[in-house]
Amino acid sequence: MSESLITPPAGSFAPALLRRSLADALEMDHGVDAVAAEERANSLAKRSLKKDSKVWGLRLAISMMDLTTLEGKDTRGKVHALCQKAMRPDPSDPTIPHVGAVCVYPTMVPFVRQALKGSGVHIASVATGFPSGQTFTSIKVQETRDTVAAGADEIDMVIDRGAFLSGNYQKVFDEIAEIKEACGPAHLKVILETGELANYDQVRRASLIAMFAGADFIKTSTGKVAVNATLPVTLVMLEAIRDFHHATGKKIGMKPAGGIATAKLALSYLVMLYETMGPDWMNPDLFRFGASSLLNDVLMQLRKERTGAYQSGDYFTLD
Amino acid sequence: MTTTEIQTRERLTPGPASSSVLWEYAPSLESTDHVKLASRYNLFIGGKFVEPHSKKWFESINPATEERLAEVAEADAHDVDRAVSEARRAYEKVWRKIAPSERAKYIYRIARLIQEKARALAVVETLDGGKPIKESRDVDVPLAAAHFFYYAGWADKLEYAFPNRTVSPVGVAGQIIPWNFPLLMAAWKIAPALAAGNTVVLKPAETTSVTAMLLAEIIQEADLPPGVVNIITGAGATGAALVSHDDVDKIAFTGSTDVGKRIQRTLAGTKKKLTLELGGKAPNIVFEDAPLDQAVEGIINGIYFNQGHVCCAGSRLFVQESVAEAVIRKLRERVQTLRVGNPLDKNTDVGAINSKAQLEKIRELVESGVDEGAEIFQSSCALPQRGFWFAPTFFTGVSASYRIAQEEIFGPVLSVLTFRTPEEAIEKANNTPYGLSAGVWTEKGSRILNMVSKLRAGVIWANTYNKFDPTSPFGGYKESGFGREGGLHGLAPYVVLS
Repeated sequence: MSESLITPPAGSFAPALLRRSLADALEMDHGVDAVAAEERANSLAKRSLKKDSKVWGLRLAISMMDLTTLEGKDTRGKVHALCQKAMRPDPSDPTIPHVGAVCVYPTMVPFVRQALKGSGVHIASVATGFPSGQTFTSIKVQETRDTVAAGADEIDMVIDRGAFLSGNYQKVFDEIAEIKEACGPAHLKVILETGELANYDQVRRASLIAMFAGADFIKTSTGKVAVNATLPVTLVMLEAIRDFHHATGKKIGMKPAGGIATAKLALSYLVMLYETMGPDWMNPDLFRFGASSLLNDVLMQLRKERTGAYQSGDYFTLD
Repeated sequence: MTTTEIQTRERLTPGPASSSVLWEYAPSLESTDHVKLASRYNLFIGGKFVEPHSKKWFESINPATEERLAEVAEADAHDVDRAVSEARRAYEKVWRKIAPSERAKYIYRIARLIQEKARALAVVETLDGGKPIKESRDVDVPLAAAHFFYYAGWADKLEYAFPNRTVSPVGVAGQIIPWNFPLLMAAWKIAPALAAGNTVVLKPAETTSVTAMLLAEIIQEADLPPGVVNIITGAGATGAALVSHDDVDKIAFTGSTDVGKRIQRTLAGTKKKLTLELGGKAPNIVFEDAPLDQAVEGIINGIYFNQGHVCCAGSRLFVQESVAEAVIRKLRERVQTLRVGNPLDKNTDVGAINSKAQLEKIRELVESGVDEGAEIFQSSCALPQRGFWFAPTFFTGVSASYRIAQEEIFGPVLSVLTFRTPEEAIEKANNTPYGLSAGVWTEKGSRILNMVSKLRAGVIWANTYNKFDPTSPFGGYKESGFGREGGLHGLAPYVVLS
């Protein structure tokens, strides 16, 4: 084992010890049993949350949401409305927290920045040739720099799946490391696009590579392919995060994205987070949902818990 | 490339979360309103519920609360005789004679009625035995129905099960079942016996008789000819009377190795057929290339499923030394997340110990482990004040000579041992008087095949544990018994071939 994996004592990160390589990542790689991983994920999804514990979880879920619009047809007006929703998800209940971030394409970042000023909601933007990532590294780096300069404080990059699937892990690693440098102070979320990685073994390997290369968060999906976030994929990624934390002392965040549209499913993710990572990860610094339609369903459930009755979708704004 | 330090940002959101908050799940209790239990259950003999000759009843309690659930009849030798003669009469007059396809219809009907009443059966199984509702609901009851469905299918196809042989039933089967899976064990015993044309006298364990009596009600509702299934309740003496009854043709017993040996002694020199499914001390073997997180789940499921009251529980964990530290660390964290408590709570993972006597046995063995020098780890979970509880426990630094590595504990207690080579793993795994089951965890297919061919165990799971299916035979080597239940093999003990 290389010396870079020696766990530094808490609070004294010597830069030399943090120099990590692809070899470190691959050293922690091992197979994932698909049947057993899915069984565990399904068993966690059967937890039954009621009353206070449900409300607590739903409010937490809102604070962890990256409210997202990633369309070619996005406009200043559209993102402005989204930002209002992000800051005050339910105008009838001011106790409901604001969301974690608004997530948009780079050109929308200046509008978001203006709309969210002083709100505490973070500005996330996809970059690096999202969603396919099939462009030149130099362009990805430049796009990242420009997006951060425009005001994004969180960058959601995609990995080069072509390189990954052809076994060129070094290229994947180096590109993530370069983008991380280009991010400067902004947080880096690395999208693995698990729907294109074929199996859980690859999901674990990609997770480790991303973390050792400098990711602050690892994220399942772009939302642009057929299969997006699933509970078992998220479990496998969380287990990789747990192993990385044990080896390095560094806490990496997790962001499942795409296909999470109901409050019930969001709670299942939180149960999985809680029972896999423990209470330390139960906050928006270490867990986010990438979602667009989830918020209204969560608000509907919260209002039901408050008033005892379900209300029609007409009572929740579409933004 | 240098990764910069963790960016410490101010906390983003004044949301409900603050770090290290414990998320208390509110109780989510399975409703019991729909369950109506009689205050007293009689014996089911000849299609009717009859008072015991002894005029004695004993209490069945809920081990999670120590509250009385119902009273159950105590059958004496006279009642055993009544039940056996009803079974004999039904065998000679009805069951051996009717068309096999008719037998199948009755068995299908039982299966469907179990499904219809699944919710109530699951609740009662949990109330009477202490097992978590999620296990009764998702494992015990559906599998019980599945066994009846599966063997119903065989009833009119026996000549295909045993080609070129003439197949006839054995006669009257005396069946004695344990308290760990009360309804499921009843299904394992009754379904193949009926399919092959036998009639039965079943005796459930004294601490868990109630679902067997609900099954008797189902059998009555299914309109099975009187006497084909008789269910008599009672303790050891009742079972002994059944075993030694002259007119019983076959004994099937699932339970402890001690009692199994006694039964075998009793039957020596008689013409009665016998199958025994006894104890175990199964090895669960984790190689360094195993999918570690899933292996940990398999270890957990192997030993804490049903509070470890499982004859095939993976109670001896063998970990390859190169990954032992990682596996034990992960195991420690995982054990801590097990939710122990009210078995009726849908979020409960580990329920109550079945009886006070069993709890005392577990405690005694755990103390012996500490005394002999093993290092103990126990979940720090809070245990309820009333009822019988034992926190999930495992021992490290266990030597093969310790009692906790040799004796069946039948509780939520795991012994962790290590090995260096596959040969050593096989040697240590087989070094036990038992041979019921084993688990192997590795990503290497050839290693699985090699291990499977060398492990002396009736059931071997690869990269999983505690999986059951009616089509798969189950049973042991050595002191874990003989005879198979489930699958095609499960028919063999209930037929005479000529």
